[in-house]
Amino acid sequence: MSGLLNTSIARKIAMALSGLFLIIFLTQHFVINFTSVVSPENFNEISHFMGTNALVQFLLQPVLIFGVVFHFVMGFALELKNRQARNAKYAMYKGSANASWVSRNMIISGMVVLAFLGLHFYDFWVPEMVYKYIEFNPEDPARYFPELVHKFESPVRTGIYVVSFALLALHLWHGFQSAFQTMGVNNKYTPAIKTLGKTFAVVIPFGFVFIALFHHFNQF
Amino acid sequence: MNLKLKIWRQKDADSAGKMVDYEISDVSPDMSFLEMLDVLNEDLIAKGDDPVEFDHDCREGICGACSLQINGEPHGPDRGVTTCQLHMRKFKDGDTIYIEPFRAKAFPVVKDLIVDRSSFDRIQQAGGYISVNTSGNTIDANAIPVNKHDADKAFDAATCIGCGACVAACKNASAMLFTSAKVSQFALLPQGQVEATDRVMNMVRQMDLEGFGNCTNTGACEIECPKGISLENIARMNREYLAASLKG
Ligand code: HEM
Ligand code: SF4
Ligand code: FES
Repeated sequence: MSGLLNTSIARKIAMALSGLFLIIFLTQHFVINFTSVVSPENFNEISHFMGTNALVQFLLQPVLIFGVVFHFVMGFALELKNRQARNAKYAMYKGSANASWVSRNMIISGMVVLAFLGLHFYDFWVPEMVYKYIEFNPEDPARYFPELVHKFESPVRTGIYVVSFALLALHLWHGFQSAFQTMGVNNKYTPAIKTLGKTFAVVIPFGFVFIALFHHFNQF
Repeated sequence: MNLKLKIWRQKDADSAGKMVDYEISDVSPDMSFLEMLDVLNEDLIAKGDDPVEFDHDCREGICGACSLQINGEPHGPDRGVTTCQLHMRKFKDGDTIYIEPFRAKAFPVVKDLIVDRSSFDRIQQAGGYISVNTSGNTIDANAIPVNKHDADKAFDAATCIGCGACVAACKNASAMLFTSAKVSQFALLPQGQVEATDRVMNMVRQMDLEGFGNCTNTGACEIECPKGISLENIARMNREYLAASLKG
């Protein structure tokens, strides 16, 4: 293991692995959120489990936080290095002639998702931590669903939610297949991976959007 | 046709350069882009001005010497061609054409449109070779069986002419397409196996040392490559790299 993070390819592979990890996390998160549309009881049950299970709380959660932080810190580091690699700018550079907007602007879609993650932490995670580990409130297995619905009352919040997920969709439109290419997978399955990636990039983020709008409009 | 040209002029590596406007008339649509520049230079010389310096050699798309970022794309708007193969019929009367050197930290400008691409040579020297005994008991390469599929893929990779268009096109000025072609042409052949581990490690290390950027899979290189070098090569290099780093 001589080149852990000290070469361009090693850093790229780390970026792809963290991206794939976030994709798995996103899928899991979506499935749980979706139960809130189907059955508030199931949603409460699963949330209660996730919120109180020691394995989830003290192993998976720290791993997830590390994964997110690693991915965006690495994203910024790569962006910086890449800017330095072209120290003199072109007077005319036609990026759109040979590459898609999404592929050229992963840092922009990523930064919007990051801003959203900040808000999301503030909205859900910080109150959770305060509730459980600072105020030591008694566990109430039925509190999750009302808390969720309450968050989607504000049209501004819901709007931010929708925009952020649209940018996550763009991020994944390029990112999903890109991660496979980075991992060295480019063969007869590549067209299928690209289709799967684009499907995922639409279905999952807009699935989240659907959940948000569902709870938003159900309040009235 | 008559054209307006905006050309990067830079006296030498240490001077600051700038875009300078030129006008050129009676350009034949059958001229190549370099012939158009030849005509411009004859005009400039006749007027006692300094001609615009640019790289060229074979003028038939095989050497990789000609470069130029033309209207924001390496080798201009046409696909699968070098600048020497680009025809003026791709432009219209009255067009303004931006002509700039390939830009990358690892390709410093020498003068005007000429950049120093010796960073590519150093990547190649770091591992783009095989060691063969040439002292009398050399094995005939044809005596080693290679399956057709691998031979074709290796040949495709070997058609890279080292022009640097991939770097010039890439928003990250990454040299991954070039390096991966040079890794692949050996990785696919039995003769390349002996040094496979060191090759990919050393070439990637040199690529990084030269200051090229990181690939983010935008695919611009593949589109702009005059030889149609495929992104498959980058995936192969990444696999080679993974295998090599696991071996230690
Ligand atoms: C749930 C959230 C996210 C997911 C699922 C995700 C997923 C991915 C994936 C799969 C890739 C492709 C990796 C590759 O090409 O090898 C990627 C690349 C990238 N991500 Fe994210 N990402 C997320 C959040 C973020 C955030 C918050 C940032 C912050 C800036 C970010 C910045 C980037 C950048 C700059 C790249 C391009 C780097 C490269 O291709 O080498 N991402 N992401
Ligand atoms: S990969 Fe293509 S664009 Fe890059 S140096 Fe080789 S021939 Fe030129
Ligand atoms: S001059 Fe040789 S490829 Fe253009």
